[in-house]
Order: sequence, then C-alpha cells, then structure tokens
Amino acid sequence: KLRAAQKSSVFSTDEPLAPYEHVTGYNNFYEFGLGKDDPKAYAQNFKTDPWSVEISGEVHKPGTYQLEDILKGVDLEERIYRLRCVEAWSMVIPWVGFPLASLLKRFEPTGNARYVEFTTLHDPKQMPGQRSRFGTIDWPYVEGLRMDEAMHPLTLLAVGVYGDALPPQNGAPLRLVVPWKYGFKSIKSIVGIRFTEQMPVNSWQRTAPREYGFYANVNPSVNHPRWSQSTERRLPSSLFSPNIIDTQPFNGYADQVADLYSGMDLRKWY
Amino acid sequence: MVLSIAALHRSTVGRWSFWTLMFIGSLAPLGWISLQAVQQQLGADPAQVIVTFLGIWALRFLWLSLAITPARRLLGMAWLQRYRRMLGLYALFYATVHLLAVATFILGWRPDLLLRELTERPYIIAGFAAWILLLPLAVTSTQGWQRRLGKRWKRLHWLVYPIALLALLHFVWLIRAGYLEVLIYTLILAFLLGYRLYLKWR
Repeated sequence: KLRAAQKSSVFSTDEPLAPYEHVTGYNNFYEFGLGKDDPKAYAQNFKTDPWSVEISGEVHKPGTYQLEDILKGVDLEERIYRLRCVEAWSMVIPWVGFPLASLLKRFEPTGNARYVEFTTLHDPKQMPGQRSRFGTIDWPYVEGLRMDEAMHPLTLLAVGVYGDALPPQNGAPLRLVVPWKYGFKSIKSIVGIRFTEQMPVNSWQRTAPREYGFYANVNPSVNHPRWSQSTERRLPSSLFSPNIIDTQPFNGYADQVADLYSGMDLRKWY
Repeated sequence: MVLSIAALHRSTVGRWSFWTLMFIGSLAPLGWISLQAVQQQLGADPAQVIVTFLGIWALRFLWLSLAITPARRLLGMAWLQRYRRMLGLYALFYATVHLLAVATFILGWRPDLLLRELTERPYIIAGFAAWILLLPLAVTSTQGWQRRLGKRWKRLHWLVYPIALLALLHFVWLIRAGYLEVLIYTLILAFLLGYRLYLKWR
C-alpha cells in the first residue's frame, strides 16, 4: 500500500476505470513475453528492491540514485488517465505518481539538454523475453521525450496503480506515463535517464521506422501503415457490443498539449 | 498406432467410427474457446483472443490438408486420403468463424469499419482473398463435382497453393515483435510445398 496519495487531480478523467485485474493482467511488456498475459505470468519474482536509476548526459548532477532517494519528499498523487495503445485498444487507469518535471529539475539539466532518453532494465536472467532469439527489438528498451514534453505537467512518473505499488508487469518500480502518446512511449522499469542534445532513437522506431516515429502522439488522422488509428476499442469490451469509440487527437488531451506541436507537420513527425 | 488405424479402416464400422472421431475432434478447438468465452476466462480483450485462436486453427487445418499427400507418400498411410476433404472443409469452417468473429466482436458490424478494413488494410485483403478462393474449392470438393470436372478439377484445386501463401502472408503481416511462431508455420509450409516440387521435378 502506498502512502496516502492526493486524489482528484485536475488532470484526471471521470470515465469508468478498467478493472484492476485487467490493468494488471493485460500488458504489453515484451521483456516478459509477447502474449498479453505473459508479463503477469513471468514477472512475479522480478526484483525491484534495491533499485537505482543512473542519471547522465547534459546534467549538472549526474550519478546513480537509489529509488528511496528519488522518492524522498515527493508528493504522490492519483492521476486517472486514458491509455491508448498503438494496437487500437484503450483503457482508463488510475495511476499513482508524481510529475516527471519535479524530478528532472532536481538533477539540473544543462542548457544543452534538449531531449530526455529513458532506458528499461536489461536483465535476461530475470526477463525471459530478452533471451528470445526471434525478437525484433534490440534490448534494452529505450524511449525518449523532447524536453518540453518531459516537463509538461501531464507527464507522470508512476510508482503505483489503484492505490497500490505497481506490480512488476506494469513496470515496477518506476515507469513513465505520457497519456497523449501511444502506450509504448510510457517506458517501464526505468534504470536510466539521460539528457541529450540529439533526438534519441526509441526502440520501436529502430525496429520499424516506417511504422513508429519518435513522437507517437495519438492521432486519428495518421494511420499505422497496417491498421487504422481512427477508432479504438475501449477495454473491457463486451463481445456482442464491442465498445468502439472514436480516437481523439492527442488522446483527448489536445487542450493541454496541442500547442507543443504548433507549426509541426504531424504526418511527418508521427 | 498407425498400423491399428490402418487396420481399423479395413472394416466399415471401423472406418465410420474413425471418421466420426475425426469429425467431432475437429470441433474441439471451437468448443474449447466457446467454453472459455462463456466462463469469461479470456481476460480483458476476449475478442482479440478468440479471433487469433480461430485464425490459427484455420491455418492449422489448411496446413493439415496440405500434409495429407506428403504424409501418405512418405509414411505410407494410405487411409489418410479419406480425410483430406474433411480437413480442407474445416479450414474453410474455421476461417469463416474467424471472419465472423472479426466482424462481430472487433468491428461490431459497423458498415464504415467493415468497408475500411476490407479496402485499406493489406493484411485483411490478403486474408479475405484466401477465404474467397476457398469457397469454390469447398463447393467442388464432393466426388460428384470431382467426376464432373474431370481434369479441370485438379487444375481448380491447384488454387490451394496460392490460398496457403495468401493465408501465410496475412499472418506474416501481423507480426509486431516476435517471428518465431510465423517462422515455424513458414518452414512447415515450405516443406509441404517443396515436397510437391520434388515429386514433380525429380
């Protein structure tokens, strides 16, 4: 159980929540296998204590920080966000966490820091998916944000869900949540944060650059080359009346984030 | 085991009981997934699980129907020939239920979505084309049609090869992060088709 988190953030949606067992039993976390139920099945002995995060790059206070030190004095709050997967399904999830901006500022990025790159743990002993020879992703998993995206108040570092600590399959002990981008941007089990001048190449972009870009903003008018992004199935969905809804630009967070991209051609920067 | 099945096929009762066993056994995957769905054992997205499961079984029956000729010749199991038609028809059956599951559980029969999927999604077009091409094969799969068409029957049923390739393409096009499963199906099909080329050119 996490210490009492402040409820009812202004950023929270009041849409109905996905049930706990679906949030924690239906996961894309390829480090633990390709099936949606693999992470729950294979992540239960995942060691999250001790945990440290290496801070590096264009920053005045680099170093390896223990998770306890990162969380010391941080005010946790609940954020109920829509999560839109690039596979065209979505869920509403009550995260517990704190704004990424508050953490990044503590490390004092230099004037050259234009992007932030995140890295997931690489530990094939614990993560069976990283032992597979037939995968298409180069481990470790890497994601990135532009500095202004990282500093945006919607961008959350989550340590919990449904009022409890994150289970391993959801990216324990520390994961990113960027609600206006496709789910794969919200990198799990973070062990590295690097401040860079160059735009990082995220794992999915490296795997299939035609299909996945750096920005990955939820956008109903730019389809995935193999499927449509104009609608999504909100889970849980009943079989005989599938819960198909129209996908919103920036996953419904356009009022808060659209101006980050003014003047950009979002067809090019998908 | 193989010997006893061959022996079984020497009596009419044996033939019929084995035929019935195969017929009912082939319905087992559908029965299993339906039960799981009714008992709500399929997780947050039962639609996707059902669709994938049915698609894989359509592919398996198609591969099995293509395995009859090589198995018969390589293993000397002459009795297998009787089941080629049944396996082929089950491939169409599972492909049809797969298609209905997509339309019902994923697209909710929304005309705009159906049209979009069938016109814009290459992997769906490939899968749908395979299904369409299976239809004439199913219609002409009876002995009566076989007699009536004579030589042309073989030419028509040659279509099963492009159908298998379209079905494989449909599957390959869906890969996101792992290709082990697709690789296995590809290698099996390569063997099944390669063996035929070997027979032809040796």
